[in-house]
Amino acid sequence: MARSISQRRKTINTVLAWSLGLLIFFPILWTILTSFKTEGDAIAYPPKFLFFDWTLENYAIVQERSNYMRYLWNSVIIAGGSTLLGILVAVPAAWSMAFVPSRRTKDILMWMLSTKMLPAVGVLYPIYLLFIKLGLLDTRTGLVIVLMLINLPIIVWMLYTYFKEIPAEILEAARMDGAGLKDEILHVLTPMAIPGIASTILLNFILAWNEAFWTLNLTAAQAGTLTAFIASYSSPEGLFYAKLSAASTMAIAPILILGWFSQKQLVRGLTFGAVK
Amino acid sequence: MGKITLKSVRKSFGETHVIPGIDLDINDGEFVVFVGPSGCGKSTLLRLIAGLEDTSAGVIEIDGTDATALPPAKRGLAMVFQSYALYPHMTVRKNIAFPLKMAGLDQAEQDRRVTHAASILNLSSYLDRRPGQLSGGQRQRVAIGRAIVREPSAFLFDEPLSNLDAALRVSMRQEISELHQSLKTTMIYVTHDQVEAMTMADKIVVLNAGRIEQVGSPLDLYRSPANLFVAGFIGSPKMNFIAGAEAQRQGCATLGVRPEHIDIAPDGPWQGTVGLAEHLGSDTFLKVDAGALGTLTVRASGEVTLSHGDKIRLQPQPDKIHRFDTDGKALR
Amino acid sequence: MATKASRSAARLMMAPAVILLLGWMLVPLVMTLWFSFRTYLPLRGGDQGFAGFDNYVRFVTSSAFWPAIGATLTIVLGALIITIVLGVLLALLLDQPMWGQGIVRILVIAPFFVMPTVSGLVWKNMFLDSVNGLFAQVARMFGATPVEWIIDQPFASLILIVSWQWLPFATLILLTAIQSLDREQLEAAEMDGATAWKRFWHIILPHLSRAITVVLLIETIFLLSIFAEIKMTTAGAFGTKTLTYLIYQRVLESQNIGLGSAGGVYAIILANIVAIFLMRIVGKNLDR
Repeated sequence: MARSISQRRKTINTVLAWSLGLLIFFPILWTILTSFKTEGDAIAYPPKFLFFDWTLENYAIVQERSNYMRYLWNSVIIAGGSTLLGILVAVPAAWSMAFVPSRRTKDILMWMLSTKMLPAVGVLYPIYLLFIKLGLLDTRTGLVIVLMLINLPIIVWMLYTYFKEIPAEILEAARMDGAGLKDEILHVLTPMAIPGIASTILLNFILAWNEAFWTLNLTAAQAGTLTAFIASYSSPEGLFYAKLSAASTMAIAPILILGWFSQKQLVRGLTFGAVK
Repeated sequence: MGKITLKSVRKSFGETHVIPGIDLDINDGEFVVFVGPSGCGKSTLLRLIAGLEDTSAGVIEIDGTDATALPPAKRGLAMVFQSYALYPHMTVRKNIAFPLKMAGLDQAEQDRRVTHAASILNLSSYLDRRPGQLSGGQRQRVAIGRAIVREPSAFLFDEPLSNLDAALRVSMRQEISELHQSLKTTMIYVTHDQVEAMTMADKIVVLNAGRIEQVGSPLDLYRSPANLFVAGFIGSPKMNFIAGAEAQRQGCATLGVRPEHIDIAPDGPWQGTVGLAEHLGSDTFLKVDAGALGTLTVRASGEVTLSHGDKIRLQPQPDKIHRFDTDGKALR
Repeated sequence: MATKASRSAARLMMAPAVILLLGWMLVPLVMTLWFSFRTYLPLRGGDQGFAGFDNYVRFVTSSAFWPAIGATLTIVLGALIITIVLGVLLALLLDQPMWGQGIVRILVIAPFFVMPTVSGLVWKNMFLDSVNGLFAQVARMFGATPVEWIIDQPFASLILIVSWQWLPFATLILLTAIQSLDREQLEAAEMDGATAWKRFWHIILPHLSRAITVVLLIETIFLLSIFAEIKMTTAGAFGTKTLTYLIYQRVLESQNIGLGSAGGVYAIILANIVAIFLMRIVGKNLDR
């Protein structure tokens, strides 16, 4: 900045932004706090903000009663599996579109994007039916496949925009330097692409983790993820605030932390490069 | 060795004929500059020689063997790119060593050559940095270092100085010229800047719309341009072109006189009014409104004190007048 | 740079992704279309033959259709207006110099990472509940009568929840767009005597127009298909049955596949209309 901003203005900005930030964050904060309260303190009137008897018993109860670990494990397997599978399919596709573009590349990209726009509910029954016929209903395999497919367009697009940023001249330089296709991919392309691939994995892991439509409709007790685990708290357990909070905190904490690392990728991944 | 011969080389992208057909001989050890306005096909020609583009027709020979179908790596050429194209994830040392590693040289030999190249290019203290930590000029040197360690039969430069600031450009220009003096390897250098072409080249190839307009030494092109395009492109400030009655009187369609070949003389045949006068100290450039002759640029000595609105008379040096026919070809 | 060999290799590398997505698109789409022309009740006699356009007509003439359209529009438009207006303001604020900008950013973005089932349940029970919800308790502190939010104000509740989830997205994208604005342009305008308001109106807002459009379109596509938030809160009661939820009920709850599929086709058409606009913008960006 060429000129100094008055301290007063900066103070006003700070106060305003922090208040709004805390207001927006408050539901999450309140949930985390409530998870450490007794059920009595959770519904106490007037509400207790910080001064209550901190307890971990809710976490213990939730673990014990609802087999939290199995849901967590399902979430990890399904979000991780669908993301890695998607990456395996998408990397070669995005690579060839970015470095060997043809006249149809743009059409293919746009078409892939259009499949992402297909409303899930429009094809709910066919998928449901196919899942029954193929024995995939309430299996992790089935959900891995579906989540891989719904996120594949985003994965291809993100990788494509990252690969596009690798200047073609560098690949040409490698070729002039005597690198064959194998050396080019191993020594030049991969090291340069790894940050982009990592970001793509991160964002898609988050999206898959939080997916609710297919997860709720295609799984039950066996392959249920944390999304479904929380749904089981809808009633009457929802009225036990402390336990609901503990369960919620356990479901969102891992992804909240990952999510904070992925702010920038979020913009790129969800706007398909339309905002930079 | 580094003798490169192009025989009827053509390149088309679909319906667009970027290079309709070029024949050219580049001799061993020569510094050849391809120069022309942007879009003239000079970079494409370089990339055809490099093997980064497939030729549509014709033959490219390197040292007497047909290299048209060889992949870039097999041609024994090295290239310095406009954007430097350094590998951002490797240190300077690894960047320079990369072609050697690809060639399968042992570690000791790699180190020896990298150290040698780094000392030539004043890079020794930067070897463990990454390209991102270097200035533009340093990156340029790394790119050159990566090219020279391979000991190629010819160097290809694609507008290597266009990303540098003016002062650095001049010094890098000299460094590359000195490098050529000491290595005596063939160099092919692409630029749109005629000053770079004039100062560096043994041989200039002027390109326009994918065709060679003229090939020759810098002074050949300056003294006897083959046509209007070359006459206008080589030399700064640009040659004055005069059409109409004055040209007809001298038996041609267009008359060309360089600004430095017009003298201010009290009894000169042309008269005009000084418009803009640019005093550079060493020179003075005058824009003179010469009526029917049009606006003429005149280069006078730095001591001239003429200014806007002064009436002067001009005398072109008779042996430095160029005459062109209706097709723009020089009449000799 | 492309040579013939690399072209055929490229086609081969693209094949898996293209084939998978083609299958994922075509197979269910064709099945949905097929079912939409059948009278198909798996629990009551199965496939009872060709139905012509009956399902399409019945879907739009059923008493649930127009309320569903109304509910969809209310929620989508409500959330769009709130997230975009607040998003622009928040983005402008976050772009200002301040202490702890990074932390504020993190606070603002957090709701986006909360899974829909969690936000649905937490809001419904811990905030909007008329007995022990925080809103009710605060109302009681001020001596007001607590509101039965989910029952009496179902749309306000849903719009609040959905807006809370999507405000971070709008803010983040608009902030990115603001930061890409050339500072010299603003300084030039200041030199020209433009007031802060005029700078916003004539320079910042036009600069943001593309980002706003992108947010608008992407949010619309996602908001049209919100599901878990409704299932966790009203479960479609109190008039909050959106088009998506209506189709879901027809298909999985009442198992009227023909009718649900016809609804699905409508939903696909609706989404495609929005998608066309979005694709145009994205497509233009690809050319640059």
